[in-house]
Amino acid sequence: MKRPFLTIVATLILAVVLGCSGGGKGSSPGELTIYSGRSEALVGPLIDQFSEATGVKTSVKYAGTPQLAATLLEEGDNTPADIFFAQDPGGLAAVEQMLTRLPDDILGRVPAWASSSTGKWVGLSGRARTVVYNTEALTESDLPSDIYHFIDPEWRGRIGWAPTNASFQTMVTAMRSIWGEEKTGKWLEGIQANQPKTYPKNTPIVAAVGSGEIEVGFVNHYYLHRFLAEEGEGFPARNYHPQAGGPGAIIMVAGAGILEGSGNRSTAERFLGFMLSQVAQEFFANKTFEYPLAEGVAVNPGLVPLSEIPNPGLSADKLSGVKGTQQLLRQTGLLP
Amino acid sequence: MTTSSRLILSRLFSNAGRHPPALVWLTGLAVGAALLLAPVYLLVRTAGAGTEVWDLLFRTRVLETLARTLLLVVSVTAGCIALAVPLSWLTVRTDLPWRKAWAVAIALPLVIPSYVAGFIVVVALGPKGMLQQLLESLFGLNRLPEIYGFPGAWLTLTFLSYPYVLLTVGGALSRMDPSLVESSRGLGQGSWATFRRVVLPLLRPAITSGGLLVALYTLSDFGAVSLLRYETFTWAIFVQYESGLDRTLGAALSLVLVAMALGILGMEFASRGRSRYYRSDPGVPRPPGLARLGRWRWPALGFCGVVLAISLVLPASVLVYWAIRGISAGEPLVLLWGPARNSLVAGGLAALAAVFAALPVAVLAVRYPGAFSTVLERITHIGFALPGIAVALALVFFGANYATPIYQTLGLLILAYVVLFVSPAVGALRTSFLQINPRLEEAARSLGRPPWRVLASITLPLAKPGIASAAALVFLLVMKELPATVVLGPVGFNTLATTIWAAASEAFFAQAAVPALLLILVSSIPLAFLMLRQRG
Repeated sequence: MKRPFLTIVATLILAVVLGCSGGGKGSSPGELTIYSGRSEALVGPLIDQFSEATGVKTSVKYAGTPQLAATLLEEGDNTPADIFFAQDPGGLAAVEQMLTRLPDDILGRVPAWASSSTGKWVGLSGRARTVVYNTEALTESDLPSDIYHFIDPEWRGRIGWAPTNASFQTMVTAMRSIWGEEKTGKWLEGIQANQPKTYPKNTPIVAAVGSGEIEVGFVNHYYLHRFLAEEGEGFPARNYHPQAGGPGAIIMVAGAGILEGSGNRSTAERFLGFMLSQVAQEFFANKTFEYPLAEGVAVNPGLVPLSEIPNPGLSADKLSGVKGTQQLLRQTGLLP
Repeated sequence: MTTSSRLILSRLFSNAGRHPPALVWLTGLAVGAALLLAPVYLLVRTAGAGTEVWDLLFRTRVLETLARTLLLVVSVTAGCIALAVPLSWLTVRTDLPWRKAWAVAIALPLVIPSYVAGFIVVVALGPKGMLQQLLESLFGLNRLPEIYGFPGAWLTLTFLSYPYVLLTVGGALSRMDPSLVESSRGLGQGSWATFRRVVLPLLRPAITSGGLLVALYTLSDFGAVSLLRYETFTWAIFVQYESGLDRTLGAALSLVLVAMALGILGMEFASRGRSRYYRSDPGVPRPPGLARLGRWRWPALGFCGVVLAISLVLPASVLVYWAIRGISAGEPLVLLWGPARNSLVAGGLAALAAVFAALPVAVLAVRYPGAFSTVLERITHIGFALPGIAVALALVFFGANYATPIYQTLGLLILAYVVLFVSPAVGALRTSFLQINPRLEEAARSLGRPPWRVLASITLPLAKPGIASAAALVFLLVMKELPATVVLGPVGFNTLATTIWAAASEAFFAQAAVPALLLILVSSIPLAFLMLRQRG
């Protein structure tokens, strides 16, 4: 009994010691540590391309944007990360005090609305808010020109939404900015009165619209294109951008910033430069079905061109203030 | 050796009176301290919060969420016991045809992650799901009973978690002395009376320890309740972390969850009583005889079949369907050796570490009851009731700031797994220690063996089944663990669970189905080993 016991203890200690040998703060100049709130399936190939092109070794931690933001805040100055690549401006704004100001030649590559006014982070790809609808139940002409009118009683029982989802909350932030608190509160209550189905996030909403469980849902535009890619063009759902513009037609960004404590800022800047290059922007356009933000890169032919979406042109900054939105959502009973 | 050092040594390893050997209680103390990291972190964060916390906590909404959570915990636990006790009895003590195959199959749902199961329940049983489509084409039925809310959450969690009770009760049934049942029958009691008056009371510790796991797990589950839209406390906590980007409010709500867990533990402790569960006479228990089912064989098979159809056949067929559809649509079959190996390594190391951490706790709880043991044992169960993200952030906080060399290493991740999953290991070990007659240990000691050698040569070998099930349980839980793996894993450390999550969160179902099937397959090996061992 004694010897197997000792063997097990020795193995365990050895394993822990081996497991421990990878730690330590700050990467060397030829290395980058990236915290990515965007999934490996989407951006992994692109990061690999960067490594191949530059010889920089990248270590990427993939997790949800909020988890990574919380992790960065807990780590503080001890974070091993050089770059935070986030799904949404809210995540970047949450750690803004830990980020460093980016050089103008990076910020200047995207439209002014697509980066932070403090210059601490930059949008790398654009995503549109949209209304996804079931094509067997509805045509585009059945849909209101402004998202506000979904509070009309005719939409009772036909809507799906995800009040806990970050992108939805960004849209509510846009509503507060364009409509003001009172009208936004009225909209939230009006939709609730229409007994919408509540989902945890965008994907199940698009799935539910496709199956006919609901007729319309408030989502980001690219989820539909993934369903179309997996299920074929026959998938009975399409996107609609409210024609009167307003908060239902905003363009949001996924972006990135460099950590203040990063030991190799110039390599990190090279990474951001690469993400705004022709190659990377085309990757976003064609692989993740997002909108390229750098000048002169074509939009995927399957998407409505940005110029045809009546984007109210809110700056990324205006869309990052989640605090007030949270309060409003709590008051209306949508958040716990 | 000087007299004083000899004295110290003897204190360290001996058992003077009712005091545990110092080695045992010192390691117990270390384990307890590690497990307190999470609650301490939550207190630190909550203390840093503003008055907003009080506004958030003292609202009717919180009370409603509390009531909803308790309803789910009680009903899921009851449902799991109602399913698992007859299933265990059928597969351990009767001549049910193919009982060993059944035993393995009905335990398998344990390895399905709840975020996968929840999604499948929606796809299969949702308003426009597969079942409805089928019934519509056959009978023109266009409405099914509502699955969202309580019914769906209850169904998903019950059919996922009953194997916890299956494992504890199955173990106890297989070790139960058959002579007790025979005496009861010999004294003229019928089989139902024997079951009620002899078997059931003997199974009580196993049922409560399995039920406790189910209750705590239900408290901590996020995947199923979020997909089926039943707002529990853990759901509210995740919303704070996820959409509020607010660590302080999340921490405050997590503390309420800790309080609920302690309440449940208090009830479990109160129900334990002072009964003894070991054989009083020496000698080897005979292998139990098998009860004959006779004409009851068919209803019994039907019962097993229905449970299996809902808990395993349904999710597995949806996954196979997705995988085949994806592959036939030209989806590349990605090789998953890396994630599979990482899952195995993490699961194996965590299982070892958790068993070592659980041993002193279980020894103290069974052999040296008292205030210290009670507090220690309760602490070990807190982690299991907390959402993974809260425990993960606690270890980020301590790791990054106070233990930098091990931060973002496998070592810290294993520690997180121990904090999260030592509870089932303690439960399994405790149940099996309860069935060891302390007089065996006393006899060995009276023959001059030091206590730690008694532990190594008598107690541990006798507790082997308990050790095996503790290790297997932790292994299986680690295999499907998500939040802590994602946050604390070394950079680039992908497991099967993180691969599933990455694909499913981007709606790549075909890519999620293959690792999910692989996860079930890999986990089924230790599970099959465990279930077959319980059945001789």
